[in-house]
Amino acid sequence: MIYLEHYLFLAAIIFTIGVLGIFLNKKNVIIILMSIELILLSVNINLISFSVFLNDISGQIFAMLTLTVAAAEAAIGLAILVVFYRNLGSIEVSKINKLKG
Amino acid sequence: MENNLINFILVPEVSLSILAISCLMYGLFSKTNSFNKTTNFATLSLLFVSALIYLDFTTSFAFFDNFFSNTTFTKFFKILTSLGAAASLIISKKYFIDTKINRFEIPTLLLFSSLGMMLMISSKNLMMMYLAIELQSLSLYVVASIKRNSIESAESGVKYFVLGALSSGILLYGFSLIYGFTGHTSFDGIFITLSNLNELPIGLIFGLVFVLVGLAFKISAVPFHMWTPDVYEGAPTSITAFFAIVPKVAATALIFRFCLEPFGKFYFEWTQVIFFLSVASMFLGAIAAIAQKSLKRLLAYSSIGHVGYVLIALVAASDQGIKSASIYMFMYLVMNIAVFSIILSLKKSDEYVEKIIQLNGLSKTNPILSASLTIIMLSMAGIPPFMGFFGKFYIFFAAIESKLYLLAVLGVLASVVSAFYYLRIIKNMYFDEAADNENFDFHINNQAKLILFILMFIISFFILYPSLLTDIVSGISLN
Repeated sequence: MIYLEHYLFLAAIIFTIGVLGIFLNKKNVIIILMSIELILLSVNINLISFSVFLNDISGQIFAMLTLTVAAAEAAIGLAILVVFYRNLGSIEVSKINKLKG
Repeated sequence: MENNLINFILVPEVSLSILAISCLMYGLFSKTNSFNKTTNFATLSLLFVSALIYLDFTTSFAFFDNFFSNTTFTKFFKILTSLGAAASLIISKKYFIDTKINRFEIPTLLLFSSLGMMLMISSKNLMMMYLAIELQSLSLYVVASIKRNSIESAESGVKYFVLGALSSGILLYGFSLIYGFTGHTSFDGIFITLSNLNELPIGLIFGLVFVLVGLAFKISAVPFHMWTPDVYEGAPTSITAFFAIVPKVAATALIFRFCLEPFGKFYFEWTQVIFFLSVASMFLGAIAAIAQKSLKRLLAYSSIGHVGYVLIALVAASDQGIKSASIYMFMYLVMNIAVFSIILSLKKSDEYVEKIIQLNGLSKTNPILSASLTIIMLSMAGIPPFMGFFGKFYIFFAAIESKLYLLAVLGVLASVVSAFYYLRIIKNMYFDEAADNENFDFHINNQAKLILFILMFIISFFILYPSLLTDIVSGISLN
């Protein structure tokens, strides 16, 4: 039998993978975008499983809204990445180093 | 029915969204470059909306199943946001045209992000809060990288996007935990559930901390401030002005409402977090700014420091705290608009001034300008008789009233340290010789000049009639 805790545990693992993916990734900005999607997906698992176990619909509505926003966020992220690529000719994380002080 | 429709359209947020969409449509379908017209239109619509908020067209409606709160607190902060956005559009118009980023998307996106901020201030439900924050920040990610041929602007866009999206994700994870452990997404429902509890369950503590971390990213409190100096430096200065002026005010209002409304009972749990954020922001803002050479980075650290002072008022968690924070945010807005209206119009050898050294010898050629900049810097450092002193005074007063002596002392100490870099700018202007003989070039359009004049008047003569502001603020409360 799968209980609420199992879902929460799965969501926590995916969330951690997402956060670590942002910080440990040394290569490619696209991987950062994928990690952000992972974080949002883990939140959706959380929301929907809570919603089912609480027998309350608002969690599922919240998850639908999150999906929509995640799509918009990915679109804007890719657009910014294209601007970055046109300037530098690469999307390596190590190239993001012009601004510091 | 017809009367109802007109009343509905006159609700500030509804009319702002209609105006923003019409601004977008106009810019899209006009044959010529419509930057001038859309900017004027955006400025006027923000002024119109702030008048609507002031006249209070919202009360006759109960909206969206109690998603929306309308109190004196939200009204005050929404007026600050819309006036601040309008002022930042006016002062930066000429800079946009000069640097050839005069695209109609800028005023349109700034209108949408102001709409997001106003909804953020009023949100009374976790879903609404998330959507409003995203509307605000998605528009800002785009404007940060709007100068498409500049590496710095693109890089600041990437940094802002990655860290902003991460913070939204953390915030959202916190929301999901709060929803799961209380069974509600509305502030009222959460409040009622929590009032039956004697202590916070572990899941709710996690949720609360995640949400606070997400919000701390948005107000750029230390240790979640990393993006601020880079984004401020990389984005075009006019966009930096908007970043410094408006979103901080809205996010501060939101963190106050989130902590004090649903979680008001578990005061002890969140004040520990806010206490740390406050002290760290004040000191890092004061110390890290000392080494800066770029004016924009310096202002970024200065804004981090200011956030630290406002959070003192949140730790105080009293009525006096809310009022002093309102006063402080008003003053923060006024001083930042004034300083950016000067930076955005000051050129040296045909380049906009961005380094502190470039201000050397300003007093020889432009004595009035350097005197005004001196007044603003003294006011930001909190030196009487200028306005900034009163902001800090009310904050420390609120802290002492709530018996937070340690926090008040630390605040005064950080304020002394931060005076150093404000005074250094004054030293550069008055006592240092310019390396070259290039002349300064101060070009400011009439509306911006009027705004600068009014703000300088407020900053210099606030001491004569402080009750003008304190009377307004004394009516502010969360209910």
